[in-house]
Amino acid sequence: MQQFLNVTLGGLSQGAIYAAFALALVLIWRATRIINFAQGSMAMFSTYIALVLIESGQSYWAGFAAALLAGLVLGALIERVVIRPVEGGPELNAVIVTLGLFVAIQALAAILFGASFESFPAPFGLSGFSVGEFTVAFTPFSAFVIGSVVVVMLALVALFRFTDIGLRMRASAFNQEVARLLGVRVGNMLTLGWAFAAVVGSLAGLLIAGGNLVHPAYMDPVIVYGFVAAVLGGLESPAGAVVGGLLIGLALSYVSGYLGSELVTLAALGILVAVLLVRPHGLFSRTTARRV
Amino acid sequence: MSAPTAAARRFLPSSVFGRNLLTVLVALVAVVLVLELTSPFRNSQLATMSYYAIAAVGLTVLTGLNGQISLGHGALMAVGAYTTGLLLENEAMPFPVAMLAAMVVTAVAGIVVGAAAARLHGPYLAGATLALAVGVPGIAIYFDGLLGGEQGLRISSPTPPDWFADAMYFLTAGEMTSARYLAYIGWGTLLLVVLLLANLIAGRYGRIWRAVRDDEIAAELAGVRLGRMRVLAFVVSAACAGLAGAVLAMVVRLAAPSGFTIVLSLALLTAVVVGGLGSLGGALLGSALLVFLPPAVTDIGTDLGMSGVQAAQLAPFVYGVVLVVVMLAAPGGVMGIVRRLRHAGRRARGRGGPSRPAAGKQGVGATDQGGRG
Amino acid sequence: MSKRVRRRGAGIVAVATAVAVIASACGAGGRPDENEGGAAEVGVTEDSVKVGAHFPLTGVAAPGYSAIPTGAKAYFDYVNANGGVHGRTIDYVFRDDAYNPTNTSQVVNELVLQDEIFAMVGGLGTPTHSAVLDFLNSNGVPDLFVSSGSLLWDQPEKNPMTFGWQPDYEVEGKIIGQYVKQNFPDAKVGLFLQDDDFGDDGEKGARAYIDDQIVAAERYAPGNTDVAPQIAALQASGADLVIGFNVPSYTALSQLTAMRSNYEPQWIYSNVGSDPALVGSLLGRFSEGKVTDASMLDGAITTEYLPGVDEADNPWTQLWQRIWDEHGGEGDLSNYRIYGMSQAYTFVQALQAAGPEPTREGIVDALEQVGQDLQGPALVPYRYSPDSHAGLSGVKVVQITGTTTKELSPVMVTDNGDAEITEYTEEHAPPPENGIPNVEPVG
Repeated sequence: MQQFLNVTLGGLSQGAIYAAFALALVLIWRATRIINFAQGSMAMFSTYIALVLIESGQSYWAGFAAALLAGLVLGALIERVVIRPVEGGPELNAVIVTLGLFVAIQALAAILFGASFESFPAPFGLSGFSVGEFTVAFTPFSAFVIGSVVVVMLALVALFRFTDIGLRMRASAFNQEVARLLGVRVGNMLTLGWAFAAVVGSLAGLLIAGGNLVHPAYMDPVIVYGFVAAVLGGLESPAGAVVGGLLIGLALSYVSGYLGSELVTLAALGILVAVLLVRPHGLFSRTTARRV
Repeated sequence: MSAPTAAARRFLPSSVFGRNLLTVLVALVAVVLVLELTSPFRNSQLATMSYYAIAAVGLTVLTGLNGQISLGHGALMAVGAYTTGLLLENEAMPFPVAMLAAMVVTAVAGIVVGAAAARLHGPYLAGATLALAVGVPGIAIYFDGLLGGEQGLRISSPTPPDWFADAMYFLTAGEMTSARYLAYIGWGTLLLVVLLLANLIAGRYGRIWRAVRDDEIAAELAGVRLGRMRVLAFVVSAACAGLAGAVLAMVVRLAAPSGFTIVLSLALLTAVVVGGLGSLGGALLGSALLVFLPPAVTDIGTDLGMSGVQAAQLAPFVYGVVLVVVMLAAPGGVMGIVRRLRHAGRRARGRGGPSRPAAGKQGVGATDQGGRG
Repeated sequence: MSKRVRRRGAGIVAVATAVAVIASACGAGGRPDENEGGAAEVGVTEDSVKVGAHFPLTGVAAPGYSAIPTGAKAYFDYVNANGGVHGRTIDYVFRDDAYNPTNTSQVVNELVLQDEIFAMVGGLGTPTHSAVLDFLNSNGVPDLFVSSGSLLWDQPEKNPMTFGWQPDYEVEGKIIGQYVKQNFPDAKVGLFLQDDDFGDDGEKGARAYIDDQIVAAERYAPGNTDVAPQIAALQASGADLVIGFNVPSYTALSQLTAMRSNYEPQWIYSNVGSDPALVGSLLGRFSEGKVTDASMLDGAITTEYLPGVDEADNPWTQLWQRIWDEHGGEGDLSNYRIYGMSQAYTFVQALQAAGPEPTREGIVDALEQVGQDLQGPALVPYRYSPDSHAGLSGVKVVQITGTTTKELSPVMVTDNGDAEITEYTEEHAPPPENGIPNVEPVG
């Protein structure tokens, strides 16, 4: 029973992180019809920036803010410089460009920050809550993880629903030509979309790193899990991405806890294949046939 | 492709095979010379290049000609490598049989993956094959009794038989070291694969694959069964990956999950993109870069005063940057640039070469040159 | 265009054939006899001997282990500065394999074929080194003092060139097992094992004594940093004493994960994964103020077979400190650097024993003949003989207190299989005055 509870709670907090990551993928997909395979590397890079600041004596929160800011700048910069030329072109070209970024950023981080394992601090306690003699593997930090993902979700909803910029971003994503005719500066909106997505991605990177060991490749599995979560949610819908993330987090945690940790990546593959073959538009998609 | 060539092709189909065979034979002589004249260390580098190249020519057919991207070829190579490892245990059978078996097993795996992949496009396919590359090594860890877990399967590489060593000695006065012998196996396999692929893509299937890549609907209207053609391309490509895995297993003497990470799959993609998607020659060139570029780049890094670890990471950094730059500046890769220069040169000489072929719809704007390995 | 191709092709064929004919003309005829006499041994010149090693300088196993070659290098530099061995300096090359067996295979290819090393000294890791075992032996390269306690290195029949060095994991597991049997007879024991020979050998040794006490054996795959499922399973099994055969990063990870679920068994870590200074530095930065330096490992039990940095009065530690101050690079002396220096010391002994004209066969013979009598930094003797290539024969059990250790048992020695565990009573000899061994050439 205790094990089941621990596995479930662990799955939920991992799932929250995958949800954030999937959300970042979905934001970019909606804006530019590109899957950003460099998302993990970008998040890793901004996490290292936080680590450098924290090690130089700054507080955790200064590092945290710096990493989110770095994500914002990195996302905008990458969209402007290398993604813009392949937007709307053959889909393969965009895929290869983001894969190139994935490799290059990871290697750059290893050159700048070293390739060894380093510990990354957490702002909250890492020992589980106890109820009587019953201890659950749910720590104050896990609560922070779930809380910050919820906050980001709400912020995004507010952005898209209630702000002018959000409306323009939605318009650009929906139909670039029409948006342009209506006077929306589509290029800027796409840049903004990438920038916001990179901030959410960086948040996921920071949350995974907290109270754990980081190294330049620590986000690699998350790219796969985040992608599976996003596809599960239908790639189009932010809410779908969040539900997909939580489901993947739980499923993988059960596999890891009861079947063996070496099967986790295989399970992710299995879920992905099943979803793509049975419900290619995700569990929640209402849109009709669009080729995948 | 000038008009007389096309005409010659139409009327003398066998000459394509003849020309390819000739090219491959010339290459064979060159390979023997190079392997005999270089040090054991260069031999082992060339052996490494051979398995990259076998996988890369297969991948370039899939991605460049058929427009399907695969980030899972590292996993397919793992299938080939583990099959070889299991079959060579206790020297149960001669290595060519094991290689053939590895090819067949991987091709069967290719049918399964290809059938799923045929329904997917661009980023979905990339993501799904990425998951494949990350997931498959887990199988080896789960069945650690059979497949050796994290430590992997140690593989007893074939040793040169006396007749072969004697024959080569008679011919070239070179001692047959084990590194050299493995390089011969790798390059022999590579040349055979290139010959077969060159003929395949110059022929009917090559044309159909290109048609599917450039315009699915037109191809479908012309009576092409899209799904079946896509799966076929995947199977051919997987068979190459299986052979490449078999050669890798024998050269590295080990099949372990750590050898088949996502890094391997991305390296292969780099090779075919940099060389020029769809071009066999480009794939060979790209594979050479994979082997010979890292030491050169690492040396430059060390000269610049970087630590060993930093210098070691410089090579992947260069790969990544090159991938991006090639896609932005010259999507046709090195072979694309070469062709463009040739066309430009010809135009300058006033012979009026044909205009540059248009970029494919889903492809990378790479052109391809049929049988020219 | 096709015509041009054909013409060019024909040209290449002509040239190639010509070259091939000339080349074969040179080679035609029988092959000359192997020239035996006079040829210098690979990697040995008038004034130098080149040796190599592979280490994880990056990746999951790098913390700690990447310091070992810096220690070895410092000791070799010290010996070189003092005249070398038989007038030859030792040229030490080490390369990064990131603890990835496939890399190891390529890196060792480079060391043997490109760098042309005389011998391999201290190549690190069970999964990594086992990938190159056949290659080194079939190429006749002495493969000395593998930095791993696997039993694989002790197969003199099959792998005549390979020698172990540190106490193997079975021996260590047996001594830990007996200690638990005697001191925690009622404990429910859980095992936390690296999923390869490292974990398997350790488990075998421990089970020889406490099979009936073991309630769970959980394995982790090196590289996967999520050990929560394993720790949860150990906790669920009710184990109140956990023995870990794992590398240092996983000591940190297991502590961290256990803390999350308030799991507090008595921890016993094998020598390999227990360096308090290193684990402390990995854990120290977590959660500002929540985890302080090495205190997390306080009270954990481990084993020792070399005097460590904390024994500042030990003459060996004083020697290492002196050498590190003179020849070391950045950073302080650590137990990992002492490990590297001790291995280098053993290699110098072997090279001295191999005589003024060392050969690959010669150094192996010399070790088999005098290996058992070599005195060095280790508390216990080696087991080298023509029938055994096993390294050190035992350990003592200690408890970690802060950054130092407290002795819990005397030095114990044993051998693999059913061999009894006995107490080793001989006094540990101090190092020679000048810090360089003086072994007579064999034969």
